[in-house]
Amino acid sequence: MLALQILIDGFAISSLYALGATGFTLIFGVSGVLNLSHGAIMVVAAVIAWAVAGSFPVGAYGGALAGVLASLVCAFFTYRVIVRPIQDSRAIPKEEKEIFVLTATLLWGIMLQEAIAYFFTNNPKTVRPLIDGVIMIMGVRTPLNEILTAALSWGVIGLLWLLVNRTRTGKSLLAASMNPRGLTLLGFELSNIYLLVWAIYGVLAGIAGVLLGAFLGVSSDNAGTLTASAFSIVVLGGLGSVSGSLIAAYVVGYLETLTAYLVSPSIRTVPVLLLLVAVVYVRPQGLLGRR
Amino acid sequence: MFRSRTFLLAAPALVILALLPLGVDGYILGLLTLAYYYAVFAMSWDLLFGFAGEVNFGPSFLIGVGAYTAALLNHYWHWPIPACLIVGSLAAVIAGVVLAVPALRLTGPYFGLVTLVAVLLLQNVIVLFAGVTGGEIGLDLPDVLAIDDNTNYYYALSFMTVSGAILYGLSCSPVGLILQASGQDAVEASALGFNVAKHKLAAFCISAFFSGLAGAMLIFYLGTASVGTVVDIAVGVNVIIAAVLGGRRTIIGAAVGSIFLIGAGEILRPLGQLSTFVVSAVALLVILFFPGGFLGRVLQAGGRE
Repeated sequence: MLALQILIDGFAISSLYALGATGFTLIFGVSGVLNLSHGAIMVVAAVIAWAVAGSFPVGAYGGALAGVLASLVCAFFTYRVIVRPIQDSRAIPKEEKEIFVLTATLLWGIMLQEAIAYFFTNNPKTVRPLIDGVIMIMGVRTPLNEILTAALSWGVIGLLWLLVNRTRTGKSLLAASMNPRGLTLLGFELSNIYLLVWAIYGVLAGIAGVLLGAFLGVSSDNAGTLTASAFSIVVLGGLGSVSGSLIAAYVVGYLETLTAYLVSPSIRTVPVLLLLVAVVYVRPQGLLGRR
Repeated sequence: MFRSRTFLLAAPALVILALLPLGVDGYILGLLTLAYYYAVFAMSWDLLFGFAGEVNFGPSFLIGVGAYTAALLNHYWHWPIPACLIVGSLAAVIAGVVLAVPALRLTGPYFGLVTLVAVLLLQNVIVLFAGVTGGEIGLDLPDVLAIDDNTNYYYALSFMTVSGAILYGLSCSPVGLILQASGQDAVEASALGFNVAKHKLAAFCISAFFSGLAGAMLIFYLGTASVGTVVDIAVGVNVIIAAVLGGRRTIIGAAVGSIFLIGAGEILRPLGQLSTFVVSAVALLVILFFPGGFLGRVLQAGGRE
């Protein structure tokens, strides 16, 4: 009974983690950017979805759409206004670009977080679930929304896989992650590809944020933790490796759920952190990393 | 060194700061006292990042270890303050070595992540053993540095001046140059016969020593040790922002950045919740448009001093 409960809850949580981390790892894989405003963008999506669904007669779906749009806008803004100028800047030495992008996205994340806290307070908000109702799976009460969360996460990840592996545009993304210079020599405009990646990222982070808001509830205070968990999952799986992130998301999701159910919810994150330190020391490239 | 531009800027500024208690009320002195301890955090972070090229995302791990060691010794065994400070900073160095020896094999984001995780773990440990450490509420200390505002202010100012001088002197010394070289091109530096790992480890230890000492002094100034003041990620983020804002690779810039950060946070207090937003926005603008920070342009205009 408890085992089944852990299995179901862990699966839903892990699917969400996987979705959130996929966008994060995609950006890193293709353009080499670690976006530390990731958690804040997810929070923006969830809170906008909550606010729109609450104040306009558009229903849960309209709210969710608004949330994803908000996340898309944030992602574009992050790229055009913050990441791109740093990458193009001549005043910043090449080897320090990485830390500048990290610091700038971190600051941008704090700004988003504070803006949300200012306009919507930092109380936890629960987005209205897309579907209501509860079903029993072999005696375990499971909200339908939890199943929808897992299904949607996997649906979106599946679509992304199709896009990357089966379409021409997707293949150019893949090529950009392998050899950007080669791609420009073939006549592709690299900046268009980066824009596309950030657009995909915005949609992924938005969906993940809205689903998270409906599943667990979100407060602006969660932004840092969300970024940290995406970062840990991505490093555990291997920076830039999407399949690695998926596996790592399940490892992290189940480890947290197991700890929360069997030991104590208060130390939920500790085993993950220890595992992360161990993996980074023994195998710095992560589970499926290339480097 | 006495003719260098840094010295010409720093000496008059220090004289003005030393004369401040004559004309400024206790509240502002208290703020500046806090800012000076942050300045030491930021300067020791700059030694590691600006010179050794290692991004330490967890300065508050070293700060927290130093602070909590001192706090526990003082709270439970009533050790005198100087002994607590010494043991606290040594504990920070030991923690730094334990963290750095394996972590320095990693580079870039991996090193950053490990240092970040170290902070999260320390925070969890403190909250888990709340019975001993006081948990989220904090640990009150029987002893304080001084009750008088002016005395506290001079303690902090002289501590910042001495640490700043040592760190700055170090950064200009041959050791500092080797560090800078290994930060920019580790392969070439080791090809020239310098032991890169040894120098980086030394930088880490020095950084840990000053961070731990400043952390321990800060809690004896505040009279209480809590996660929010010395361990929280937000503390580390502020330290990093201060150092980058003031101008990386200048040491002194980090101090300027800290004073600015604390001062700006206070001036913007009427804005309430928005003050953090505005401070972050200003910091972001500086990073985007003046990547050298406040002092970058002034100090580095003529190349190496």
